[in-house]
Amino acid sequence: MKSSHSIFWRNEYTLAALTVLALLAGSRLSSHFLDAGYLLGTTTLYVETGIMALLMTAIIICGHIDLSVASTLALTAAATGVLHAQYAVPFWLACCLGMLLAGMLGALNGVLIVGMNLPSLTVTLGTMALYRGAAQILIGDHSVGGFPAWFCGVDQVYAGPFPVTLLLLLAGGCAMALFLQRTTLGRCIYAIGNNKTASRLSGLRVGAVEALLFTLSGLAAGMCGLLMASRLSVARFDMASGKELDVITAVVLGGTDIFGGKGGVAGTLLALCLLALLRTGMGLADIPSEKQQIVVGALLIGAIALPRLAELARKQYMKRQKPAAAG
Amino acid sequence: MSSMWKKTAGAALLLTLLSGCHRQIVTQTTVSTSGPIRVVFIPKNSGNPYFDAVNTGFKKASGQLGFKYTQLAPATAEATNQIPIIQQQIQNGVNAIAISPNSTDALAPVLKQAMQKGVTVITVDADMTGSESSRNACVLPTDFSQVGSSQIELMGSLMGYQGKFAILSATTDAPNQNFWIAGMKQALKNPKYSKMTLVGIVYGNDDPQKSLLEAQSLLTRYPDLKGILAPTSVGLAAAAQAVESARDAGRVQVTGLGTPNQMRRYVTDGTVKEFALWDPSAMGDLAGTLAYLMAKKSVQPAPGVHFQVPSGGSYQFGPNNVLSTGPLLTFSKSNIGSYHF
Amino acid sequence: MTLKKPLFQEAGVTGFLIITLVLAAFWAPGFYAPGNLRTLLLDTPLTLTVALGMTCVMICRQIDLSVGSSMAVSGMAAGMLLRAHPGMPLAAAFLAGAGVGVLLGGLNGLLVAGAGVPSIIATLGTLSIYRGLVFLMSNGVQINANDLPERLVQLSLASRYGLSWLGVFALVFLALLHLFLTRFRGGRTLYAVGGNPEAARLAGIRVERWIAFSFLLSGLLSGIAGVMYASRFSIVNPGETGKGFELSVIAATVIGGTQISGGYGTAAGTALGCVLMSVIANLLTVAKLSGRWQLAAYGAIILAGISSQVLMARVGKQQRS
Repeated sequence: MKSSHSIFWRNEYTLAALTVLALLAGSRLSSHFLDAGYLLGTTTLYVETGIMALLMTAIIICGHIDLSVASTLALTAAATGVLHAQYAVPFWLACCLGMLLAGMLGALNGVLIVGMNLPSLTVTLGTMALYRGAAQILIGDHSVGGFPAWFCGVDQVYAGPFPVTLLLLLAGGCAMALFLQRTTLGRCIYAIGNNKTASRLSGLRVGAVEALLFTLSGLAAGMCGLLMASRLSVARFDMASGKELDVITAVVLGGTDIFGGKGGVAGTLLALCLLALLRTGMGLADIPSEKQQIVVGALLIGAIALPRLAELARKQYMKRQKPAAAG
Repeated sequence: MSSMWKKTAGAALLLTLLSGCHRQIVTQTTVSTSGPIRVVFIPKNSGNPYFDAVNTGFKKASGQLGFKYTQLAPATAEATNQIPIIQQQIQNGVNAIAISPNSTDALAPVLKQAMQKGVTVITVDADMTGSESSRNACVLPTDFSQVGSSQIELMGSLMGYQGKFAILSATTDAPNQNFWIAGMKQALKNPKYSKMTLVGIVYGNDDPQKSLLEAQSLLTRYPDLKGILAPTSVGLAAAAQAVESARDAGRVQVTGLGTPNQMRRYVTDGTVKEFALWDPSAMGDLAGTLAYLMAKKSVQPAPGVHFQVPSGGSYQFGPNNVLSTGPLLTFSKSNIGSYHF
Repeated sequence: MTLKKPLFQEAGVTGFLIITLVLAAFWAPGFYAPGNLRTLLLDTPLTLTVALGMTCVMICRQIDLSVGSSMAVSGMAAGMLLRAHPGMPLAAAFLAGAGVGVLLGGLNGLLVAGAGVPSIIATLGTLSIYRGLVFLMSNGVQINANDLPERLVQLSLASRYGLSWLGVFALVFLALLHLFLTRFRGGRTLYAVGGNPEAARLAGIRVERWIAFSFLLSGLLSGIAGVMYASRFSIVNPGETGKGFELSVIAATVIGGTQISGGYGTAAGTALGCVLMSVIANLLTVAKLSGRWQLAAYGAIILAGISSQVLMARVGKQQRS
């Protein structure tokens, strides 16, 4: 089921062009759009999505999917908050325990998927409900707050003109890109995504790599949970609810093949940038959220469907050309 | 390729170290001082009939006073979905933000930002309890301290002041609901209601399906139940639907808080005899007027200050700059025809 | 083209159901009150109708995440029609809902089978597009109980034996799908398509067409379920109707033995899965745990369902060898 995109037109170019278009459209829609300070400030809303998307890129390249990231985020934040607020655990320790939990949640996904050889889609669909449900059991509809002052408002911390969380995301992006492109383990991920059986036969420890990725994804989501708790200065069970869709949209829009084996971090980050610009532009233009949903949904489908349709049309054309040339 | 990445990463790191981190301090005012005054209302979620009625009131105030008004609703009522909308409106230079907060704590920082930038912030329908400093004033639909006792009186009068009844609420931690339920429990201590027994409180999460399930379960769990009191519009409609489906209309009395449009059928067919609500459009009208006048600096809210509405009527700010709009209305077969919200 | 066919595919879900029912007797005796059992029968038809469509889609190795939103579009369309023409025959309302559903399912099918968009992406996209559509068509205004004719609501009211017309509809769909999957060539073809698409293609099966057909069927059933929703809940809300419904439908289908990797699953298993889901939701309510525990319970059911399948398959393999 793998269809190749055109070789000479990289997906990143399309995205860059679309991003420029979104910038133009945004400035047409609202006179308040082209304000560098504001645009940099809004990026803090998308940092958590971005960090989760980095790991999701690797997971999708590996031929899997992780729908449970947003729920892991919420459960980590909730557990950290409860440990600190109800059990008076020192905050730094609560954070560490929260991260430990996040790693375990990711590892549980890994164990079920690798150990029991279950499809990642259903496993993480189950844990998506289970983890958020667990957060709900923990704190119900309450907001758990009372974090120390130094912890709150990480999105307000700037390094020069840049929000630190944005720099964190970019640094994470560079690290992930290096990992995927330059390390043996990174290349293994592509190999597994391309052909699992062949990878296994050639001696790769496929299961170990997959389990590691899911654990890392859990850890990343946990970190995002702490970031978001800091941004909101509270933890709630419905934090980032539905964000897994945004994460997957960014990755797939960024050109990573949902069937695995192909893709990269640069595309994911560009796609995220495009989505953020679109949302911001439409929001500033007072376009209702329901219409924004339609645009994002159409963009996701269009980004996948159009290249495939173009490829189909090209094949049809070639088929018709061949007999003509032969005759 | 590799060296490029390394350079970028290095540059980012260097930049961080050189500039040193600091918390951003907001000083400049971005609110536009020229042109018409702009007011936005951010309800809890879109497609909610209750807020449609509030929106009508805002529109009315905007028409009468001549300010520019927009309603912007998040798609779902999650705590964080209102944050981007608030930030976008600050950037848009809006003069006043009226909001029905989905979460007090999660919204406090961003609303404070708005106030620092000179935007007038008022909460509508629910307050930022505990973080009152993150809004300028609050418009509540009615005097909330009276809701509990008046609901118990309504329930009591319907069930002849005796027998078992249950409460169907929204979520376990909805502040308004819990405040009213506490008021109900307080009222039940009155000897007048001594023969009424509250057998349980169940929560339907303001989800039609869940609320219906809970209401049905009440009916089967307590075969001698005389009443269901649902102080939430989704719950009230679901309770009426459950009683109607079970053909229990004579046995179980249903009442609570709901909008006439949602309840019209059940009142017409006799499943529900009476229920109550304030006038949400009057609340929208008052909130819109207050937001406009405060943005124009014509009104400075403070506890005890009287607020004269241009179209007539006078209100007094309570503690924490809270205004309450008006009394509870009781709807029945005889008067429901004249209400359309 | 191997058809995996163990003796009794529904063994897993039947086991779960029995365990749950036994536990219920100890844990929540109120569950067996006659009135409660009757409400149980009222809760299942909606999930079952949609889950039957999902079963076909999953047998074809696809997934349809847009069912909840499709349900809202068709429910809203039928509701708006009934509001405008209160005298309209109910059959026409159901027809309208079904028609809208077919259109929406058709678009999904076109995207997946025609344009080659992976179904998870295509239906993730249409999940938000269709939801936006409900708001556009309704202007964000919900359909209230008063806008719907009494006759429609009557369909969801139980007769003395607890069976409502909606229940009858769902049973008819169940019977039809069961016959189709077991007795007709088309049904067998679906298993072949999902079990091994390449082999099916080589055997001359037009795989894309059958995939499109499964989405069409899922759309049709979601469309009808939208009108059933209006009957059951007496409201159609643009935001709430069908929100998150895909999760409970997929949970019911998966625990019913249908596998997401395709080629495997039965209508009867799905029906049992739906009953199990209703029983558990009902139990949580009776045990007064509903509010906070439901989501976690759904998650646990999905995980238990898929892991028990694997464990049983392993046991089966060991016995055979």
